[in-house]
Amino acid sequence: MTGFNGARALWATLAAHGVGTVFGYPGGAIMPVYDALTFHPEVRHILARHEQGAIHAAEGWAKATGQLGVVLATSGPGATNLVTGLADAMMDSIPLLAITGNVAQHLIGTDAFQEADITGITLPVTKHNYVVRSADALPGIIAEAIFIARSGRPGPVLVDIPKDVQLAAFGGMIPDPHARPAPLAPRADAVERALEVLRAARKPVLMVGGGSQDASADITALARAWQIPTITTLMGLGAFPASDPLWLGMPGMHGSVAANRAISEADVLLGIGLRFDDRVTGRVNGFAPNARIIHVDIDAAEIGKIVTAHLPVRGDAALTARALMDGATPLLSHEWRAQIEDWKGRNTPPRAWGAAYGVKAITDRLAPDDILSTDVGQHQMLAAQLARFEKPRRWLTSGGLGTMGFGFPAAIGAALTQPDVRSVVIAGDGGFQMTAQEFATLTKYDVRNVKIAIINNSFLGMVRQWQELFHERRYSEVYLGDSNPDFLKLADAYGIRGYRASNADELPGAIDAWLADPRSSLLEVVVPNEHGVFPMVPAGAALHEMIETEPQRQQEGATK
Amino acid sequence: MTAEHPSQDHLISVLVRDEPRVLTRITELFGRRGYNIKSLSVGATEAPGVSRMTFVVGGSKGIVEQAIRQVEKLHDIIKVIDHGLEKFVDRELVLVKVRITPETRVEVRQIAEDFRARIVDVGRHALTFEATGDEGKITAFIEQMRPFGIIETMRTGRVALTRGSNADIPSHVYHDGQTQALEPQAREQQAREVGNLF
Ligand SMILES: Cc1ncc(C[n+]2csc(CCOP(=O)(O)OP(=O)(O)O)c2C)c(N)n1
Repeated sequence: MTGFNGARALWATLAAHGVGTVFGYPGGAIMPVYDALTFHPEVRHILARHEQGAIHAAEGWAKATGQLGVVLATSGPGATNLVTGLADAMMDSIPLLAITGNVAQHLIGTDAFQEADITGITLPVTKHNYVVRSADALPGIIAEAIFIARSGRPGPVLVDIPKDVQLAAFGGMIPDPHARPAPLAPRADAVERALEVLRAARKPVLMVGGGSQDASADITALARAWQIPTITTLMGLGAFPASDPLWLGMPGMHGSVAANRAISEADVLLGIGLRFDDRVTGRVNGFAPNARIIHVDIDAAEIGKIVTAHLPVRGDAALTARALMDGATPLLSHEWRAQIEDWKGRNTPPRAWGAAYGVKAITDRLAPDDILSTDVGQHQMLAAQLARFEKPRRWLTSGGLGTMGFGFPAAIGAALTQPDVRSVVIAGDGGFQMTAQEFATLTKYDVRNVKIAIINNSFLGMVRQWQELFHERRYSEVYLGDSNPDFLKLADAYGIRGYRASNADELPGAIDAWLADPRSSLLEVVVPNEHGVFPMVPAGAALHEMIETEPQRQQEGATK
Repeated sequence: MTAEHPSQDHLISVLVRDEPRVLTRITELFGRRGYNIKSLSVGATEAPGVSRMTFVVGGSKGIVEQAIRQVEKLHDIIKVIDHGLEKFVDRELVLVKVRITPETRVEVRQIAEDFRARIVDVGRHALTFEATGDEGKITAFIEQMRPFGIIETMRTGRVALTRGSNADIPSHVYHDGQTQALEPQAREQQAREVGNLF
């Protein structure tokens, strides 16, 4: 039996910090940690089939709960397989702890077998990272890493542990978790100025981003008290209930007509917990041209980075929303309300059979507690447009990095947080194949609450759409139909049942059977391929230059 | 930040924890965002475990403000000082090796004296001078020596300290006060009305 060494101290520390589940994949340089795991049954380890699957699952876990996700990998190739997930977590502010093994310290820097300078490699895509130099220092570093990952704007932290440190006798102490810092209250004078600007607003818009997920209740109260029409960004979906008449949908490249027009016309734009991504703003100097912008964010570096804030307010989203309730009186004028209602009426429902039709049929069946995860592409934008979220932390998507392969493992991670919550994933036929091997994880742990839908258009659909619009339909290397697997057989190979619908008549029955299956199951929706996602703001255009509906030319092409 | 402010040099000091890779973290961050570092000097401070770095970064005011905010987020950073907001003293040290002949020897030494440069090495055909001063003086010294034939030079890059006692440093150096330089020109007018507050 191993003595109490660095590896055991690692598990003891994780357990002391309340980490109950970790995702990972073993290998030579982390074997002492896996060995020590056998002495620590208080922590559940989920073995993925690829480190990328493991880290996206940890991200899904973190996104669904707001809690820390933890992933473990070996040195070299194991560690480098985490890079995409780390970059993804960095962009979407996900609290994540990645632990990697490394070769023994005396071999570091010698190009030893399976050595990679993972702290060097991940420098730009982590909030911070560490190499642990002694077993006794390990618990303190883990405690600090967890603190950094969760504080302020959350993000990924990597801790690299050389093998000799894992094996060294441990004579240190397991520290208590750091207390989390009190949420940062906004400065009173900033709030006062913001209130002045708000009170004078005639066409106000509230824009809510991913940093607002845990401030949902306060932000909803704020919007209702002032009667401010509210937009949720791709990452903010669910932070404001879609059923509220004040909700305008999502802004940006594939945003709703109402959201984009409202931004273009607004005289005051109150943004909370968002970072004005270029996919949201369109051409920056055409963004909210008439508006005074009040930008609330916990991260000072985000304020003024892309869009100038006339009124920067650094603070916690919930505390700031609460502070801005002071003296709230309804602002919504008849004209502004009428204008908004008119724009909202212009959202065209999906026409006949196609990806949008399929996505809508699925999202219409979601219950408020269901978690919806997507991959990246047309189906993702369609799901963002069509799903109606009433609660925060029900929507998992890779926003900042746009990582294909994210959706399926993230749904597995989320499913493991609450076995009684349905975790639905909508993926494209392209992206699904980037992490399809995680079927094995469902089977291995008998995860029963993952419902996978593949929208199969035989193409890398979103790339095809851009080629159609901007490259004169030269469809270069985007056709998958000649080589896609039979997805039902693929699922079957892992013991997962599948259902298929190829037209509107088959769909309701297939969805019923898919959802009624007591185990995790697959639905393949086979759709025509020449459909685009609209509205669309072409890259480099301003939001008001949006193409509202699919151009006629393509509609004809699509019926062939 | 797309501000159209003119590009100029900015002097920034950063106090950091003395840990491996700290310098890499900062320079990587600057490099990734396309901020060119014109000079850099690093050394220990009076406090154990704390190093001080002085950067000269080119770019518009907005770009530099953004760079500072990004650096402030790094975990090993204790404090960032933008000397543009302060009165400061700065110095640079240069070693200059100048070619001499029997005819030029006296003149070269005379010029060096005018710049209060010291001779640190004497050769048959060259003299090496050490000079300290602000950037302008160093550049002027090198230009004066150029006609005689400069064999090589090495400049340390600028180092800077805020003038006066620490108590004199206004609060915004500790980034809890007002901040400037957020606005592209188009919105400057409006911004001035409302004011910038963190
Ligand atoms: C890892 C990765 N590689 C490439 C891309 C570029 N990309 C964005 S969308 C897309 C097409 C996605 O196709 P599919 O998964 O079939 O979904 P669809 O758009 O058809 O719904 C591609 C290739 C990406 N986002 N991520």
